[in-house]
Amino acid sequence: MAAEALGQRRAVRPPPWRDIRVLRVVIQVAFLVVVVATVWYLYNNLRSNTRLGFDWLQQPAGFSIRDAPGYSPGQRVLAAIRVGFFNTAQVAFLGIALATVLGIIIGIARLSTNWLVRRAAALYVEALRNIPVLLIIVLIYGAVMLQLPGVANAGEFLESFIFSNRGVSVPWYQSQEGATSYVAVIGLGVLVAAALWVWRTRRFDRTGEPHHRVLWALGTVAGFILAGYFVLGAPIALSLPELEGRRVTGGTSLGTEYAALLIGLVLYTASHIAEIVRGSIQAVPHGQTEAANAIALTGFQRLRYVVLPQAFRIMIPPLANQYLNLTKNSSLAVAIGYPELTRIIGTVIGNGNPAPPSIAILMGCYLIFSIGISIITNIVNRALSLEPRT
Amino acid sequence: MTSQVRPDAPGDIGGHGTHGDEPRPSAPPDPIKLRPADFPGWAHENLFSSWLNSILTIVFGVFVAWLAYRSIVFVLVSSDWTIIEVNLTNFMVGRFPRGQLAYLWGAIYLLAAVVGLTAGVSVANRTRETRSWRGAAGRYVPPAVLILVLLGFSNTLLPSLLTVGALAVTAAGYWAGRLAPPVVGRRIWVVAVLGLVAAYFVARTGGTTYAGWGGMLLTLFFAAGAITLSFPFGLLLALGRRSSFPAVRLVCVGYIELIRGVPLIALLFMGAFMLGFFYPDFIPKPGKVTAALIAMILFTAAYVAEIVRGGLQSVPQGQIEAARAVGLSPLKITRLIVLPQALRAVIPAIVGQFISLFKDTSLVSIIGLLELLGVARVVTQQPDFLAQGLDAQTLAFAGFVYWVFCYSMSRASQRLEQRLGVGER
Repeated sequence: MAAEALGQRRAVRPPPWRDIRVLRVVIQVAFLVVVVATVWYLYNNLRSNTRLGFDWLQQPAGFSIRDAPGYSPGQRVLAAIRVGFFNTAQVAFLGIALATVLGIIIGIARLSTNWLVRRAAALYVEALRNIPVLLIIVLIYGAVMLQLPGVANAGEFLESFIFSNRGVSVPWYQSQEGATSYVAVIGLGVLVAAALWVWRTRRFDRTGEPHHRVLWALGTVAGFILAGYFVLGAPIALSLPELEGRRVTGGTSLGTEYAALLIGLVLYTASHIAEIVRGSIQAVPHGQTEAANAIALTGFQRLRYVVLPQAFRIMIPPLANQYLNLTKNSSLAVAIGYPELTRIIGTVIGNGNPAPPSIAILMGCYLIFSIGISIITNIVNRALSLEPRT
Repeated sequence: MTSQVRPDAPGDIGGHGTHGDEPRPSAPPDPIKLRPADFPGWAHENLFSSWLNSILTIVFGVFVAWLAYRSIVFVLVSSDWTIIEVNLTNFMVGRFPRGQLAYLWGAIYLLAAVVGLTAGVSVANRTRETRSWRGAAGRYVPPAVLILVLLGFSNTLLPSLLTVGALAVTAAGYWAGRLAPPVVGRRIWVVAVLGLVAAYFVARTGGTTYAGWGGMLLTLFFAAGAITLSFPFGLLLALGRRSSFPAVRLVCVGYIELIRGVPLIALLFMGAFMLGFFYPDFIPKPGKVTAALIAMILFTAAYVAEIVRGGLQSVPQGQIEAARAVGLSPLKITRLIVLPQALRAVIPAIVGQFISLFKDTSLVSIIGLLELLGVARVVTQQPDFLAQGLDAQTLAFAGFVYWVFCYSMSRASQRLEQRLGVGER
């Protein structure tokens, strides 16, 4: 009888206006209709108020960009945007690398046993992360870079760095004859080193003898670099910047805006990365440190083999977040005039090109950067994450 | 549980923070306290325990001493701070009509009373005592120094007298808050929001709406306005992202990820150049400040949504099952069971977002609005101060103001975290 009652209840369906299966569909359709109608209405307003479409991308840009070889104002708008895109990518790449190094150093310094070092690192972090990054960039640009002496009496440091209010010149390499083959030789060296790395690792797994794979790999690469240098007859030369009257020759020069942007971004982001590093190291269970001490590892060994590998795993996701932020913050160069993506789009709009498609391009480019960084860090994250033991 | 509440706490995927404010975990307590009697021993242990440490100490000591020396010289000797003195009112309120400053003071008094009341109520409701002189000094010294510096730059006595009055009002509010009935305590956020709105209307009594504001006033307006107005929107987005309806989820995820993928300045550009085009003809086009505020609200909502989502996830599933078992409707489960627990857990992270937002308001100077940073950048163009390289002074001053606000708020957020016991359950 109970079964019969149950069966009956299953047969009776509620009226449609109280049937959850019907309601779910109705609610979602209604929601989508509202969203689509709103977007459609806004889009129609946009279309009736302004010009859309992307044909202006093919017209001459009509403005010049400093330090952009291969670009001239006569080229298409698209070419100008491409210059901006790669400038942003360059700042982001270099900034991420430098900020990571500085951040890790400061983060570890915050946990130093030395009171002074610990306090100095804490001071750095607390001072920098509570100030807007835009202010830091503008301060470095306006109060440091532009106040440097003019080119005529530029400052020198160790005879290899030259500072002036036109930029910072640093030593750089100079290609001589045979530079292309030299790159090929170094590439070959890297491949051989990778093969040796794999071989040493496998040997270690099989026999348990020390692998010393870092030494092997680095030694191989260094050997190739040295041998190639002598065999090919000095294919590259070091070029030191030199002051000749009112201009700097040799080396490579970072423009004032570029240097200010890079330094500002690196200093600011490093303060955040330092906090992540500190938090991650502290998040490694204390028992791990105690166990390392118990088996008499030295301080360095404890850090290198026990604490840091685990801390890195914890560190990756928030670090990825900081990398995204640094990339997005590079847009602040618009305030000091470094021609990265946002600045170029701003100029494009200022030259009378339609704003909505320009801003769509701007957002699209940053989304590409964001997605790219997410993909890379997700791969790293997956590679580092623990696999469940089988 | 903390790591779920604060999406970018170490060990958690996803993020928060416009320009990324990590969780601000409380600093590890110093294992060794400085005791004057034992100074040689302390120094040996903490500064010169090994060769490497001794070298580090000497190198860092020289560097820190040099930095301190340069800073002191910069602040006290080599700088001419006349530019700040002359422009102090510009830094504070921008182009706000000088004849209407009295209304602003009225708003400040109102806010002082609300702040005092809130502090009093929260102290009265406090369950555990966390009192230490060191902590109190760390919390109150920076704001006190800021007030003293600001008053020091003013030429008349009136602001000082008014500030003393405002502090007295705060104290009175605090006292009233401690004595207030528990009903007020439970609804204190209503009082706070109403106080904020009332303060805005008092400030614009003279007819100068926010479009005519500038300086620190505009900075505070942007930060407070954007976080308050974006909160309901962010809450809805977070609920939508956790909805069981795929269509709703898709729209919310799309919005959140799109906004989080682009820099704020792109949205500010959109507000400045594009927002007016979305408006139909019969609505007047938004002004610059309104457009920037809308852009900030759209931006912050995505980040608030992620924070709230973290809070929603931190509510144990058992709570929801229990609520369902006693026959609550889905709406009631959300309103009575999930949200109270989730929102309590996200308060510190929301404060962190507010700090981020406060720093990000400086970006509106790029689209030509004169908030604190904007004022600092344009006053050096005044004929009296042109081309004297005074950017260092004005920017250092603005930076100091930003620093005090952000530092104080981050300390407050740490305390809140401890007091709410988030992550300790």
